[in-house]
Amino acid sequence: MSFQPLVKVEGLKKYFPVSKGLFRKTHDYIHAVDDVSFSIQPRESLGLVGESGCGKTTTGKLLVRLLTPTAGRIFFRMEEEEAREEGVRLEDGYVDVATLKGRALKNFRRHVQMIFQDPYESMNPRLTIYDIVAEPMAVQGIGSVMEREQRVAEMLQHVGLTPPESFMFRYPHELSGGQRQRVAIARALIINPTFVIADEPTSMLDVSVRTGVMQLMQDLADRFGISYLYITHDLAVARYMCDKIAVMYLGKIVEMAETEELLHHPLHPYTKALLSAVPIPDPTYKREVIEIRGSVSTPINPPSYCRFYNRCPVAKEGLCNVQEHPPLEDKGGGHYVACHLV
Amino acid sequence: MREPVLSVEHLTMHYSTRKGDVHAVDDVSFELHPGEVLGVVGESGSGKSSVAFTLMRLLPENAHIKGGHVWMNGVDLLTLPEDEMRRYRWKRIAMIFQAAMNTLNPVYKVGDQIIEAMETHGVAYGEAARKRVAELFEMVGLDPALMDRYPHEYSGGMRQRAIIAMALSCDPDVLIADEPTTALDVIVQHRILKNLLQLQKRLDMAMIYITHDIAVVAEVSTRIAVMYAGRLVEIGSTEDIFLRPKHRYTEALLQAFPSIHGEKKTLLTIPGELPNLLNPPRGCRFHPRCAFATEICKEREPEYRTFNPGHLAACWHPVGEENA
Amino acid sequence: MSDASSVTVIHRPLWRVRLELFWKSVRTNWALFIENPIGVIGLAIILFFALMAVLHPILMKTVWDPTVYDPITGYDFEILRHPAPPSARHLLGTDPLGRDVLSQLMYSTQTEFILGVVAALITVTIGTLIGALSAYYGGVIDTLFMRLADLVIMLPFISILIVLSALFKLNMLKLALVIGILSGFGGVTVIIKSQALSIKVKPYIEAARVAGGGDWHIIVVHFIPNLLPLSFLYMMFTVTSAIFSEAVLSFFGLINIRMSWGIMIHTTQTAGYLLNVGQYWWLVIPAGLAITLLCSAFYLVGRALDEVVNPRLRRR
Repeated sequence: MSFQPLVKVEGLKKYFPVSKGLFRKTHDYIHAVDDVSFSIQPRESLGLVGESGCGKTTTGKLLVRLLTPTAGRIFFRMEEEEAREEGVRLEDGYVDVATLKGRALKNFRRHVQMIFQDPYESMNPRLTIYDIVAEPMAVQGIGSVMEREQRVAEMLQHVGLTPPESFMFRYPHELSGGQRQRVAIARALIINPTFVIADEPTSMLDVSVRTGVMQLMQDLADRFGISYLYITHDLAVARYMCDKIAVMYLGKIVEMAETEELLHHPLHPYTKALLSAVPIPDPTYKREVIEIRGSVSTPINPPSYCRFYNRCPVAKEGLCNVQEHPPLEDKGGGHYVACHLV
Repeated sequence: MREPVLSVEHLTMHYSTRKGDVHAVDDVSFELHPGEVLGVVGESGSGKSSVAFTLMRLLPENAHIKGGHVWMNGVDLLTLPEDEMRRYRWKRIAMIFQAAMNTLNPVYKVGDQIIEAMETHGVAYGEAARKRVAELFEMVGLDPALMDRYPHEYSGGMRQRAIIAMALSCDPDVLIADEPTTALDVIVQHRILKNLLQLQKRLDMAMIYITHDIAVVAEVSTRIAVMYAGRLVEIGSTEDIFLRPKHRYTEALLQAFPSIHGEKKTLLTIPGELPNLLNPPRGCRFHPRCAFATEICKEREPEYRTFNPGHLAACWHPVGEENA
Repeated sequence: MSDASSVTVIHRPLWRVRLELFWKSVRTNWALFIENPIGVIGLAIILFFALMAVLHPILMKTVWDPTVYDPITGYDFEILRHPAPPSARHLLGTDPLGRDVLSQLMYSTQTEFILGVVAALITVTIGTLIGALSAYYGGVIDTLFMRLADLVIMLPFISILIVLSALFKLNMLKLALVIGILSGFGGVTVIIKSQALSIKVKPYIEAARVAGGGDWHIIVVHFIPNLLPLSFLYMMFTVTSAIFSEAVLSFFGLINIRMSWGIMIHTTQTAGYLLNVGQYWWLVIPAGLAITLLCSAFYLVGRALDEVVNPRLRRR
């Protein structure tokens, strides 16, 4: 493993104002992503796991700059030569994605792509598969029409839609869910990105086609040297797709570790509760369940102490509700936890 | 064993569309015994929800029941006139729909909606009905004070609980739950499942639990029916299905499903796509995707074979008979 | 990569493939359209009038003597009293000025079609563009155009046209322009914008942005093609309102055109025959019926298209 990460995220924040109507000043903010830091090595896949509303999708959208961060920096490693060609400034071999604009941002998008959750809504119903897959090439002005056709055919072959000629000029609604998600993968990979954000790419697929798509994403990552940020609510899927998993709760990463380490030795009380609630496809297995109170709330102007305090089964009054939200610290062997009591 | 509360025989149902007939449910038979939870697993288009809607006789206009019987206390629900069926619905056989939490009417208080359901079925009226709602709320783990609130003041999990309370309000013999926790996060899902199972035991109801999630079905059911492309391919006790699956589809499905527990086994990929039900494959419907398929699978529909008492599968080359 | 580089590229040029796809979609939509009797009736009426428009110049060249049958300058000296009732010479009789009513009716059809189509094209171009821009950019642009739309919707349409006709000499083209602009900035914009808003939040817009697509790319490639079916639908309704408005203005004699269905009724009225419809029915009924039929025909086609465009309305 290289010591130079491909992506470094430092203190990333995104606050959404809560609108109270026209002309009134907003004082309330949803802290969707609140001081999140992590890094991803080349060819490594990081899973971002959490319940709905924890900020995992917002984090993904910040990384591809579909959203502009409120604060924080997103560093992306780039070769000096590439950077000069694309007209971006490097700091120690990294470009700060959070500040990119215009031409430089458009060029940056050649390196980073995204796969979306819904295979039915993520494709324009009036475009053919060829147009959908070739779109990144077309907007980036890469290749002639003939070259694009050739490349699309190649890509369709890679994602298992063979023969490509029989798929290229069909419309999305003529394909099944699994086939469409393969098209989405082809679109994301057609301009050879090094970093792909996958936002629940398999959660809407049936079990019998899901494994195939998961397998395909792994094969292509190995083949083309891609790093994934894999966003999911399903820990079992994350186990198979990710080298490392970060668990998010109300805008914060509460725990991050190598996948098997996290699943077998969770340290944070929230991670423990989350893992214990995951159903196991084995009727002989009787697990111990850690009950936690309440449900996920919306982090509007949250208190500065630990976000999990109100629901935590082991919280200590006078410590957890007095001190600041605990920092994410290495508790040994790259197992990061944000909890006062670990 | 007690007499079955519900017995489905050779149920066949098609949807007619402009492109032709969709074979949604094809020759499905099973029995539901008192006090048991029958898990029905299948992927999209397997017909699992269509079976439920047929049992409730809540089908769209283009659905046609082509044959079969649904016996309940010696009465065939499929031949009942609509007004008599209405009396069966909710009182004898109730259903929690997929995404039911969005079916609460936003302009009425949640409690009033449940009271109305009880009054229309003549279960309880006025103050008695209010008392019953309070009891039901208590049962499903909701604060009875919430009954005078509106649906938008509830969270997703709370709404799902209210729906369960509504389904139980008329004290049904059979409860059909169609993916009741699919849209919920795991922690909430776990709590609702636990609650639902407690209630099922306490009220001694029979339950049909429909889902695509094999892990959930392992946790809730005593028996499992596996459906594929409109057909019931295998039925048996939970242990039989998970530990001794016979149908090749069941086996493949179990091997394709990831788990966070135990060894990280290699997941199996099932090639191909789900079949088009306008024109389902001849013979065994799984044969185009099955690694064990031979000529006979393409030609003839497999018959059900009993492997264990109550464990039936329709497969020409069942697991464990590789040379047959 | 070795297995992929051997892929055979499609041998037909891209434009031909696209043309074939376009025809295919036209055919499937046509099949849906003709299932609906409402649309078929509407289309039949439109075709009937189109035939009349095409036949008129042919008849003038071949069968009809221009001195007698010209819709504006013709006069039949062989008949002593005008208006004359229908006869073998004049199938729909003559008007108070001795001109053939059938010829007038057929001649006007061309004008009505041109007016309707031009007005509708202008409306839809404006409506689609402004609707898409408002939805895409939001903010000041959106507020500006939506308040303008509110204003236009509130204006009494016919009265404005009457005022405008007093200020300017309105001919057919200018009238089409005015109707097109007024309805383009009004209701059509609002409807198209609401549709565009639902497109704006689709994940494929985000996918296009992640690919590097700019504002213009998203509007042209993703917004417009998804708005066009709705625009086309509103084109039909605009044709109806344009023909209707023209009839009203012509009836009052406010526009500067030589012949139209409205003018036919206007002539009847100024000559004092309007209150005597029972006796002189051929002066009013053919023109009135033509206005009603053609207006409703476009409306019916619009309704039927609505079912093709919005699959939710379709019966299974």
